[in-house]
Amino acid sequence: MAGTALVSAARIEIRTDADIVAARQAGRSLAERIGFSGSDLTVIAAAISEVARNIVEYASEGHLELSRIVQSPATGVLVVARDTGPGIADVEKALLDGYSTRNSLGMGLPGARRLMDEFEVASAIGAGTTVTMKKWLR
Amino acid sequence: MTVPILKQGDYLIALVQSALSDADLLKLRDDLAERVGMFRARGVIVDVTALDVIDSFATRTISTIAHMLKLRGAETVIVGIQPDVAFAMVQLGLTLEGVGTVLDLEEGLEFLDRRTRD
Repeated sequence: MAGTALVSAARIEIRTDADIVAARQAGRSLAERIGFSGSDLTVIAAAISEVARNIVEYASEGHLELSRIVQSPATGVLVVARDTGPGIADVEKALLDGYSTRNSLGMGLPGARRLMDEFEVASAIGAGTTVTMKKWLR
Repeated sequence: MTVPILKQGDYLIALVQSALSDADLLKLRDDLAERVGMFRARGVIVDVTALDVIDSFATRTISTIAHMLKLRGAETVIVGIQPDVAFAMVQLGLTLEGVGTVLDLEEGLEFLDRRTRD
């Protein structure tokens, strides 16, 4: 992608539920520094919470990378959640509302997708999952 | 971060004061279930004004709290969901079906008065 600049801001290891709180607080504060305000801050924090929780629940270990992304003239926040867990067998199914292989609401990934402007899941069985999501400043 | 639980007449008021981890939410659930019995409370208010995010796990746990306490003989009402938090919950597709929600503490007390009157 020509004209895309990334400023990496934070890497947060995700192992326990306390790390989920740390991740969404770091995400909110970065988004604030980038210039987001009001409901966008809550929306970004909520999306981060869901992808971080997926790591804790399904992969047990992974990390989040939070960056400022500039794709002139747009500026936004980029969140990459990586784990080396079991992977998702059917990504399309995992993005359906109410689908869960655990006893949860199944709203995590599809919900996070609705909250962000761009959302991609790459997953391979046995190799892990990477969720990449972006929100642009308006 | 333990959530303080105050007793006010027949009611208990749980005042969430900062961000809660999953473990904190589960502790709140267990504390409330225990204290409803200990104080023979008829109603419980959970004040979430301080929460800046209510995600899928928090929604599920709040729902569980309300249904559990109902089984223990107490009505539950959630108060103080902030506008931005409500917006994000709607986008996430999260609902608190079957759980009373009102604007603030004052309305929460009125809600419980009505619910526990008869």
